[in-house]
Amino acid sequence: MYSKDGENYFIVDAHIALWDARPENQLNIHGKQFIDCFYDYHRNLSPESEVWPYEEYLYYGGQRLMKDLFVDGYVDHAIFQPARLGAFYRNGFGQTEEAFALARQHPDKLTYNHCWDPRYEERGLDQLRRDADRFQLKGAKLYTAEWHGDSRGYKLDDPWSYRYLEMAQELGIKNIHVHKGPTIRPLDLDAFDVADVDKAATDFPELNFVVEHCGLPRLEDFCWIATQEPNVHAGLAVAIPFIHTRPRYFAQIIGELLYWLDENRIQFSSDYALWTPRWLIERFVDFQIPENMQDEYPPITVEQKKKILGLNAAAMYGIPVPAGAEVAATAPGPAASEAAGPAGAASVAAQPTEE
Amino acid sequence: MPTGALEQRAREALDAVLDPELDEPITDLGFVRSVETGPDRGLTVHLRLPTSFCSPNFAYLMASDAKDVLAALPDAGPVTVLLDDHHDSDLINRGLAADAGYRGTFGAEAEESLEELRLVFRLKAHAAAMERALTALLRQDPARTEEELHDVVLGDLPDTAATRALLRRREALGLGTAPSEPVLVDDDGRPFPPDEIPLRLRFARAIRVSIDGNAHFCRGLLRTRYPESAADQSPRATDPRPATLPKEKTS
Repeated sequence: MYSKDGENYFIVDAHIALWDARPENQLNIHGKQFIDCFYDYHRNLSPESEVWPYEEYLYYGGQRLMKDLFVDGYVDHAIFQPARLGAFYRNGFGQTEEAFALARQHPDKLTYNHCWDPRYEERGLDQLRRDADRFQLKGAKLYTAEWHGDSRGYKLDDPWSYRYLEMAQELGIKNIHVHKGPTIRPLDLDAFDVADVDKAATDFPELNFVVEHCGLPRLEDFCWIATQEPNVHAGLAVAIPFIHTRPRYFAQIIGELLYWLDENRIQFSSDYALWTPRWLIERFVDFQIPENMQDEYPPITVEQKKKILGLNAAAMYGIPVPAGAEVAATAPGPAASEAAGPAGAASVAAQPTEE
Repeated sequence: MPTGALEQRAREALDAVLDPELDEPITDLGFVRSVETGPDRGLTVHLRLPTSFCSPNFAYLMASDAKDVLAALPDAGPVTVLLDDHHDSDLINRGLAADAGYRGTFGAEAEESLEELRLVFRLKAHAAAMERALTALLRQDPARTEEELHDVVLGDLPDTAATRALLRRREALGLGTAPSEPVLVDDDGRPFPPDEIPLRLRFARAIRVSIDGNAHFCRGLLRTRYPESAADQSPRATDPRPATLPKEKTS
């Protein structure tokens, strides 16, 4: 719980990882390239005081995770969203056993989501059934740019993807976290395009689709589909650290999200250990749309911040919220009422950037 | 002509190569790591990107466009373009050396061409340029309503960098540039019905925010990855320099 100026914020960090990218776990050069890319993101967007040494960044272990999130970081509950990256790391990137053991040890603090890859076809479906039972899955993380044999990506509307989503629905795995990456088949298309999420969200109305880093680098495409699909949500991973280096850009991102979606469909995530949650939460609570931008974007209310920082994800995952941290259900902020703006989007037939 | 002049002209030629996602020349972004002239007036150009995991299709587009503009220099010898430190460096560099084209480079991962991808991003660049020009107009004249933008034609826009940028984006798409042409149009150049205008303008703004944001992030990541690249970057102009794309390829 984070408290400031008499307000209590219940914090759910909806996207964290426990990874191992040490050289002994790297299968090839891509394992190094991948973690180096993460480390550059970390160095580029973190305040200088929060930058980790490279060695620690490769692997930090459960103990440090618990401290960074729950002792230093104000987080009340966090959700593992593992990426397997089996083509880059011997024992995978996300450490399944270690993370799951930690979640079992601290069930009040940690939820373990697992991942699947539809390209394992029938065999993977059996595995998913076993995983759902073993991990008691409420959600899953799908990295669509995972490399697998000679395929370097898949789409959510592929036939096998649909088989997996059907089974997820059947098994009660309701929350699908979608993480788009740079590769897809064929390479003719934009790998970051979220049109496949649009289709899946329409065809699986009982599932929630949380698009990680709110579709960045295609914020606009994400906003367009999220306006039309009530079961599409925005995860703030990668977007929120801009609050430090480029607060005006962050104001634009959050302003666009609040306009196109609404305050109930945006979730805080630190993307730990890409970034640590403490400074992100402090900055976000202190954040306001700069005054000279308020003609474009209305100010953010305390209520909206509470929902984004924890209440939205708590509602999605059924995480109990202590008394004193809730918000009145019938009190939408001023921005929420203005967010009625894009209502017409649903009736406009074609997306302007598409043929 | 001395090779120093050739190197200079090679750099100028590379100004015409755009990062399609960011709608900016690769030279301004600092993606050109080095340009060297060798024996027989040969040219060797190294490119670098903000991460090893930048999308391989865009990486290939920029590298192959670079090779095309350099090969088109009348007095240049053999041209070598090398993409450094990317997860597909080997694949792309082999493809470029063999002039294998998109499909020849990526094999089964490639279906037809990257022209549709290029078009999607030209359309985005146009929408963003349209929003910049129209938002400037609204700021200048607060009495004007968004719905009234329906009647604004190119001739109503002031002669600014933003307007010139819009004209170039229209040209790249084959849209008319006559002063009587309406400004706020869809991808095919048709004006939107007046009641859709606030939404369409708003969406164009989301596109502009996205492209500008990505451009700043990519610049920053490149400097983090290659600190020496800072000296090669020009600040993002709201009006990227005029650029003519190389001739379309069908391979």
